[in-house]
Amino acid sequence: MIYAKDINEHTPWQDLTPGGEIYEAGTARAFNTGAWRTNTPVFHEEECKHCMLCVPFCPDSAIPVKDGKRLDFDYMHCKGCGICENICPFPAITMVTGGVAK
Amino acid sequence: MMSRLSGNEAVAYAMKQINPDVIGVFPITPSTEIPEYFAQYVANGEVNTEFVTVESEHSSMSVCIAAQAAGARSVCATSSCGLALMYEMLYVAASCRLPITLACVNRALSGPININNDHSDSMGARDSGWIQIYAENNQEAYDNFVMAFPIGEHPCVRLPVMTCMDGFITSHSVENIELLDTDVVRKFVGEYNPENYLLKKENPLAVGPYDVSSYYMEHKVLQAEAMKAAKARILEVAEEFAKISGRHYGLLEEYRMEDAEFALVLIGSSAGTAKAAVDKLRAGGVKAGIVKIRVFRPFPGEELAKALAGTKAVAVMDKSEGFSANGGPIFAETRSALYDLQVRPYLINIIYGLGGRDIKIEDFEKVFQRLANIAMTGEVQPVYSHMGERSKEEIV
Repeated sequence: MIYAKDINEHTPWQDLTPGGEIYEAGTARAFNTGAWRTNTPVFHEEECKHCMLCVPFCPDSAIPVKDGKRLDFDYMHCKGCGICENICPFPAITMVTGGVAK
Repeated sequence: MMSRLSGNEAVAYAMKQINPDVIGVFPITPSTEIPEYFAQYVANGEVNTEFVTVESEHSSMSVCIAAQAAGARSVCATSSCGLALMYEMLYVAASCRLPITLACVNRALSGPININNDHSDSMGARDSGWIQIYAENNQEAYDNFVMAFPIGEHPCVRLPVMTCMDGFITSHSVENIELLDTDVVRKFVGEYNPENYLLKKENPLAVGPYDVSSYYMEHKVLQAEAMKAAKARILEVAEEFAKISGRHYGLLEEYRMEDAEFALVLIGSSAGTAKAAVDKLRAGGVKAGIVKIRVFRPFPGEELAKALAGTKAVAVMDKSEGFSANGGPIFAETRSALYDLQVRPYLINIIYGLGGRDIKIEDFEKVFQRLANIAMTGEVQPVYSHMGERSKEEIV
């Protein structure tokens, strides 16, 4: 069995699966799609009331939540769409230009 | 068991013996009879195949893809524009490495619209990643269909197989045929037991995921390697098949080629007519022979070069126009295959039989006559020409 964790962009064809089949569930989690981002949300924790509005509005799953509190963005999956900034009732999220949070 | 069946009946009967899990069904002339006969087997309870009727060939192939990915052995039949409508899904089936079996009953492609035989449909799909095996007659149509399963389903191959026969000429003509016992066929094809499939609950599976450019090429190389591996598997299966049937098949069939000076390369039912022409010429002392290509994908390039190595002049007979302005698809492959020979025969290409245009023994005799002239004079022009069309000029 070839596991997704053992495959990366340096894996030779002999070690890939036929047809690109994936033999596990949820492997998109391990795949960096954050590289597409051209704008980046920045989280200001001190302004956040943890109202959780941003979490369901995120079209990906780039806002992790732990023990009733949202954490910083998952930049590996955030596409930088800016919906979270738009929906946030507080100044807790601001967008910056470019793929990297400064 | 001796019987008399048309090509379509023979394939439908093979399907019944195999008892596949799913058939994706959409009718198109001249392949319609296959699911039609098969529907009776389903209605009579002689098979327990899921008979899925759909609204197009794009969908019938989609049904097969989904079913095969789920772990079910799936079959399909189509012709002409039906195959053309499947093109997108043919590539998906092959690249997902799903060993579906499709009976292609060869018919001209529109337009102008025409229901008769030529090979433009399956030749158009030749680069889709399907194994292609062509039948000369009903017996081969039946045998090839039975062999398709252990070929395509083998873990080293995992590719879909298209078994082709000539529309009407083979599909609708009733011939004597030797059928195998159902028990023997079932044992020969065995159960379809893929290692991974969608319904395997112990182990979730994703089929056909998006490939970024850092993976796509590697997957295509895997697919190409599978097609290369198919060659040996086809011969292995043919050997096993000979044990149960007494009939021997190779990637190509050489007919009176042992000392042949002049040869034809062709595919399908015309081989029967060409063999009759060869016999006639041989009786008159002409060293004529034919090479019938049975397996077009994977292409038996080395075997073909070996078969033609001792000849003086060869005509490649294409039953489809490739519109390359440089000859048909069999010609392109054959010329490429012969390039590595130290001494190459003269080579010409003749496109014939389009849209059901008949070809007779005398026509093949004329081709051999032309080959003899070429060998004598060295004059090959025109290298690429048509035969059988009404014309104000005749090529001698």
